[in-house]
Amino acid sequence: MKHVKTLNKANLKETAVMGCGECQTSVANQKCEH
Amino acid sequence: MIHKYKMFDMNIVLDICSGAVHVVDDCLYDMLDYLLEPFTAEASCPQFITDELSRKYAADEIAESYEEICELVRNGQLFTEDGYEEFAKNWNKQSVVKALCLHIAHDCNLRCKYCFAGTGEYHGERGMMSAETGKRAIDFVIANSGSRKNIEIDYFGGEPLMNFNVVKEITEYAKAEGAKHGKNFRFTVTTNGLLLDEDKKKYINENMSNVVLSIDGRREVNDRMRPRVDGSGTYDSILPKFIDMAESRGQDNYYVRGTFTAYNKDFANDVIHLADLGFKQTSVEPVVAPEDEDYALTEADLPVIFEQYEKLAAEYLKRWKEGNWFNFFHFMIDLDQGPCAIKRLSGCGAGHEYLAVAADGDLYPCHQFVGNKDFLMGNVHEGTIDKKISKYFEDSNIYTKDKCRGCFAKFYCSGGCSANAFNFNGDINKPYELACEMEKKRVECAIAVEAAKKLS
Repeated sequence: MKHVKTLNKANLKETAVMGCGECQTSVANQKCEH
Repeated sequence: MIHKYKMFDMNIVLDICSGAVHVVDDCLYDMLDYLLEPFTAEASCPQFITDELSRKYAADEIAESYEEICELVRNGQLFTEDGYEEFAKNWNKQSVVKALCLHIAHDCNLRCKYCFAGTGEYHGERGMMSAETGKRAIDFVIANSGSRKNIEIDYFGGEPLMNFNVVKEITEYAKAEGAKHGKNFRFTVTTNGLLLDEDKKKYINENMSNVVLSIDGRREVNDRMRPRVDGSGTYDSILPKFIDMAESRGQDNYYVRGTFTAYNKDFANDVIHLADLGFKQTSVEPVVAPEDEDYALTEADLPVIFEQYEKLAAEYLKRWKEGNWFNFFHFMIDLDQGPCAIKRLSGCGAGHEYLAVAADGDLYPCHQFVGNKDFLMGNVHEGTIDKKISKYFEDSNIYTKDKCRGCFAKFYCSGGCSANAFNFNGDINKPYELACEMEKKRVECAIAVEAAKKLS
């Protein structure tokens, strides 16, 4: 694209299918430990 | 839903509900102002938009920009609709307790002027947690953690190092019981550093996955707000210990953590001061205080606070490019994955996944509710919790908060702090507006920093 640089994938949709609670208590930079 | 803003000479567009971040040119950036949601692609750029933009941009630029917008929409990277509300409603959440904040000491050897715990005693009696109460807390979390493997124990106060033998006894008990029950305990401790010595440092480094070292920044800033009981300053006593502690942990798995107030609205200089001292993991955070306190931050302070966050972001990026990086807690953001959507919707888990244990074993939704008897949930010696309070917190998420629903930062902030919401607005579902404004600015800075890093 000439007018846009996309910097990442659309990550929220992928995470919607992941809530096991194994991650650390906090959100913006939390790591999934599933 | 999109959010667009300019920073570091970049036009940044966040597609809120997909998480995609774009840097765009001026023509496309301006075009977005004319497009309404829900977006419907047309065969070519609508004439009224072409007419408006043709004053500044060439016809082929306008046509290409529109086509690229349509492509982003087709790819699910722009104007993505919010499909998470139903997801939140229908998720069969069955919370278990996975983290405890143990108030090892309801006493302190400092008299910090902004402390929400009064002078460490949480507006109640001074006292120390007994090893017996601590062990019952460990039993409680094992019994109430269901199939969760990872369990966190935060040693908090007051000043936990005033009761360090009990910290050690609880830690050893938790490790032994964890091995029996298939639980992986992780420990953290928060300290003002005055009682830190070689033995404590060694034990902390061997057992604590994170340590928080409290210091506000420059000497005069720190000593004004964090005096000893006799009123004398602490900076010169704690700084060598903190430098040593940070080095002994390989400059990782710790934070030097400070509070800024109306007395140091130039707080970027305090963060930079800590970085100049060699600390790689830093956090300096806004005080939360009633408006009638001299040191409280108010809405009138927001322009200078925003300016400071931008100044800090620029310095942060400059040092990263020079190889002289440091981390700032509120600028750390993962644009490539991050936690699951459920975690983003529901936040910290206070009141249902994370509880605080007062020195006498009383249970509260989090460390900031300790002492508020309306939120007393039980006691570890009894082993049960008030399910009504737990459910109140469990049911709270960004869609139960009207202010969050349309906010661009909602998936990075998760609805803000329940304690702040309750303390200022009397309802955990009514976020504290001043904190919201600062959080939005920090998210903008964090995304801009990451964007600049990726483009470089």
